[in-house]
Amino acid sequence: MDFSALTSFVISWQSLVILAVFGISLLIATYSTYAERVVAAFLQDRVGPDRAGPYGLLQPLADAVKLFTKEEFFPAGANRALFVFGPCLAMTTALMASAVIPFGNTLLLGNGDVIRLQAIEVNIGMLYVFGVVSLGVYGLMIGGWASNNKFSLLGAIRAAAQAVSYELAMGMALIALLMVTGTLSLREIALQQYDGLWNIVYQPLGFIIFIVCAFAETNRTPFDLPECETELVGGYHTEYSSMKMGLYLFAEYINVFVASAVMSTLYFGGFSFPGEHLLYNYLTSSQSELFAHNVVTILGTVTLFAKIFFFIFFFMWVRWTLPRFRYDQLMRLGWTMLFPIAILNILLTGAFILFFGSKEPKREISKEAVPTEVRTVARR
Amino acid sequence: MGNSLFYFLAFVALLSALGVVFAKNPMHSVLFLILTFFAISGHYLMLNAQFLAAVNIIVYAGAIMVLFLFVVMFLNLNADTEPNKSGLAKVAGAIAGGMLLLVLIAALRNVNPVGADAASFDSQIGMVSRLGLVLYRQYLLPFELASVLFLVAMVGSVMLGKRETGERHF
Repeated sequence: MDFSALTSFVISWQSLVILAVFGISLLIATYSTYAERVVAAFLQDRVGPDRAGPYGLLQPLADAVKLFTKEEFFPAGANRALFVFGPCLAMTTALMASAVIPFGNTLLLGNGDVIRLQAIEVNIGMLYVFGVVSLGVYGLMIGGWASNNKFSLLGAIRAAAQAVSYELAMGMALIALLMVTGTLSLREIALQQYDGLWNIVYQPLGFIIFIVCAFAETNRTPFDLPECETELVGGYHTEYSSMKMGLYLFAEYINVFVASAVMSTLYFGGFSFPGEHLLYNYLTSSQSELFAHNVVTILGTVTLFAKIFFFIFFFMWVRWTLPRFRYDQLMRLGWTMLFPIAILNILLTGAFILFFGSKEPKREISKEAVPTEVRTVARR
Repeated sequence: MGNSLFYFLAFVALLSALGVVFAKNPMHSVLFLILTFFAISGHYLMLNAQFLAAVNIIVYAGAIMVLFLFVVMFLNLNADTEPNKSGLAKVAGAIAGGMLLLVLIAALRNVNPVGADAASFDSQIGMVSRLGLVLYRQYLLPFELASVLFLVAMVGSVMLGKRETGERHF
């Protein structure tokens, strides 16, 4: 009886976390649209949005009202069911990925309950993200095909070819990372970097490949060929209007947020920050361990979001700095440069592990010490 | 709960598999096939085979079916342009499909479904690390042979796609 009451309590906390992750993804995507304009204005030496609310902060709200009140338009000869299904699918797959990202360590409650700051923990987290990302292209393809417009179709075909090409190099970069970490769980990868060096130190080449592929997978400039307005009018969303169009744009920003979160977690230490142990030891000398643990966790979450915001800024910075690739250049970059480099990276990583030993022994130690819920309980 | 989930997934899998065959529009066929893969991945998850479920989604739903859709879009296949098959082709198709059904039934006829013994069942059997150990220790040779086979296929496709000397595409 007692056990079931406890489970239901934990589940209710966990469902709150799930709701929070969902809400935060949407909120960040909303304000990414604002941030995009502000960054663009800053880089082009303009003022940017400043009319709606103080500093134009209500601009996303104004945009939403505009999109919702626009006319809902169906092109002649469109496949109506798939035309609606496309943007829904784009949005769904974009929102699914943030479920496994660990947004922080654990929060301890006074009565001994533990809250994980992660929606769901699966031991194949990395594969889950990769799978959801690879599904993201269906929204674009189906929408582009159902529009019954040759520009949309060309955009959809480009999206498909681009996604498949860059997924390969991305997967190879992840395999090299996997050889270093030895686990597929995003949470464990984040916790491994808690005491030691961040994975970027072990995988600099892999990170460069990964970030280039992330740009291609999220269809951001310089790889936004599927919606290249100089050649294809609007690409796959040429025929879309109203909120269906809004969903496509929104899905892109959620994808950017997820890609930033994944990169921060995999390569930049996730929710770890330099000196967390010093802080923990300092706090435990004067306060309770519970308090110290929670303070470190909250600061870790804040750090993770700082890293994520930096990467989102980086996405925008690149968008307003670099021109778009040509399509054959995009394909050549993917297949004849990134792919061989990614394989070379795997070989190099394997050679390093062979000659200098892996992180494995260290991992064993950290595995014992790190899951902080266990650590603090043991210390009590 | 587990049972009803199984029946739901089986229902979705069978219905969408039938949809693949009966849909007039090739685009709808491909989308039904993707749905079938999802239902099968759900079955893998219920069998505790997380890795298999994820890889099924990544490889089949995420990559191969994208290429299928790609080809369908490129050739602009739809119900109107589909050529009418002759009676002979239909008969040949029915015979070939029937033979496959016969083989499957013959293979499954003697199977005695006992189910897993809950006490001795290893629930970690489908986890990535366990699967890796089995593949690299018990089945190393077949595994490596299969990868050589893939390599051969890759080399073949690169050869086919290679530009002839003097040929230019753009």
